[in-house]
Amino acid sequence: MTPLLQVKGIKKHYGMRIGCADVSFDLYPGEVMGIVGESGSGKSTLLNCLAGHLPPDAGQVIFDTRVDGPADTVTMSEPERRMLGRTDWAFVHQHARDGLRMSVSAGGNIGERLMAVGDRHYGQIRDRAIDWLGRVEIDESRVDDRPTAFSGGMQQRLQIARNLVTGPRLVFMDEPTGGLDVSVQARLLDLLRGLVREMGLSAIIVTHDLAVVRLLADRLMVMKDGHVVEGGLTDQVLDDPQHAYTQLLVSSVLQV
Amino acid sequence: MSAYNFAYLDEQTKRMIRRAILKGLAVPGYQVPFASREMPMPYGWGTGGVQVSAATLTPEDRLKVIDQGADDTTNAVSIRKFFENTAGVETTEDTSQATIIQTRHRIPEAKLTEDQILVYQVPIPEPLRFLEPRETETRKMHSLEEYGLMHVKLYEDISQHGAISTSYAYPVRVSGRYVMDPSPIPKFDNPKLEMDAIQLFGAGREQRIYAVPPHTKVVSLDFEDYPFEATKADHCCDLCGAEDSYLDEVIMDDAGNRMFVCSDTDYCRSRREAGHIGPMGAEDAA
Repeated sequence: MTPLLQVKGIKKHYGMRIGCADVSFDLYPGEVMGIVGESGSGKSTLLNCLAGHLPPDAGQVIFDTRVDGPADTVTMSEPERRMLGRTDWAFVHQHARDGLRMSVSAGGNIGERLMAVGDRHYGQIRDRAIDWLGRVEIDESRVDDRPTAFSGGMQQRLQIARNLVTGPRLVFMDEPTGGLDVSVQARLLDLLRGLVREMGLSAIIVTHDLAVVRLLADRLMVMKDGHVVEGGLTDQVLDDPQHAYTQLLVSSVLQV
Repeated sequence: MSAYNFAYLDEQTKRMIRRAILKGLAVPGYQVPFASREMPMPYGWGTGGVQVSAATLTPEDRLKVIDQGADDTTNAVSIRKFFENTAGVETTEDTSQATIIQTRHRIPEAKLTEDQILVYQVPIPEPLRFLEPRETETRKMHSLEEYGLMHVKLYEDISQHGAISTSYAYPVRVSGRYVMDPSPIPKFDNPKLEMDAIQLFGAGREQRIYAVPPHTKVVSLDFEDYPFEATKADHCCDLCGAEDSYLDEVIMDDAGNRMFVCSDTDYCRSRREAGHIGPMGAEDAA
């Protein structure tokens, strides 16, 4: 099987400081990869390099495109990369405000990607927006409300709907549950798990919350100081951590 | 007026503006940046249009200036006087007699010809501005033809008002490429954008010039199930009886009486001179 995403030797420096270095992995279709580590360990830098938001200093990000097969997204032209960004890729920001248009209604937010790829039928766009609101458990009557009138959890679910409406194959998530209270987190995780399984999505989830990766991720990478220190199946890494830092991380989780 | 160079601006400035105009004509709908000059009027009063007119005028030209279709409002009168004083060109109120027409927010009702130039005053040239505030991002969207966002605005209109409620500055796609703001003309005028005359757009504060060459395809954006409609008040002109012209609504008193009159004063006058009379018109009005 061809990997959906092959990452080879990604490196990003900020001046003399290391953002992330020598990160390589393969992601197969339907697989969910978690990236954990403390603040400043290079998780977000890595994710932004993979999603094309930051140009890496070295390395390749080879994505298996629908039309042309595997192609290096770092060297492909900007129009192609941006096209990927609104069709086959999705990016869920930690703060829903970064990923939503706050001055546009929920329906318009969901419809934007459809219109960006050429959908020009209002009725159909609206039907799909309403369908997706239902799938992320937002009431249909809120379709014309602006996200400013939504709670934090609803905004995050709206952001997810807006991203998944074009049926992407790869989703990048940057701390999707950050800043939400635990009961809302639990519902959001449940929803995400359902969507990922149902749509057969591949996902890369950056988080510092080990519970999130335990629930969602098949595989896990642990980062520290810009380097990957340990990787493997999620349960294996969490239940039998080998690296000193991973052991610290696992033992730091509060037990209630 | 020997104290001024012809048409106020110095020759080097006019040369710079003409280069921008030519580039604009070569790439229809593309916003060409230019070094906008300080003009003796405030921003928002037509500094862009005036600079384009100044760079286009020759001593043989006959200038007409309209503001919302009218020849006799403050903005039109003062710009017309400005060019009478600084360029000494002939001026006219007759649309067919003019070689250059500077306009604010209207296209004249009379059909324009290939020997005429229509100069628009533009407040905000970027059609995507209110959706995407970053100039770097809107430029990228133009260069990559990413215009989905424009439809998001129209979607919002329909979802809130049941129809596309944008009634002026209605976005158009020029020559199948650039999405353009036609300046705040009513959408009634949008079909007229495909015309025989040259159309130049000047935005002084925003420092942009763009253009639509003659006979260029200009399509108003819409949805398949909500097609574009050129709307006007459902009435005829009370003075000249015209059914086909864009109308202004004039409040007559506190009792709710109102009348509708052509916004294009020259069109209305010429119709009344030809003997047309509307419901509230008088025999000797013309």
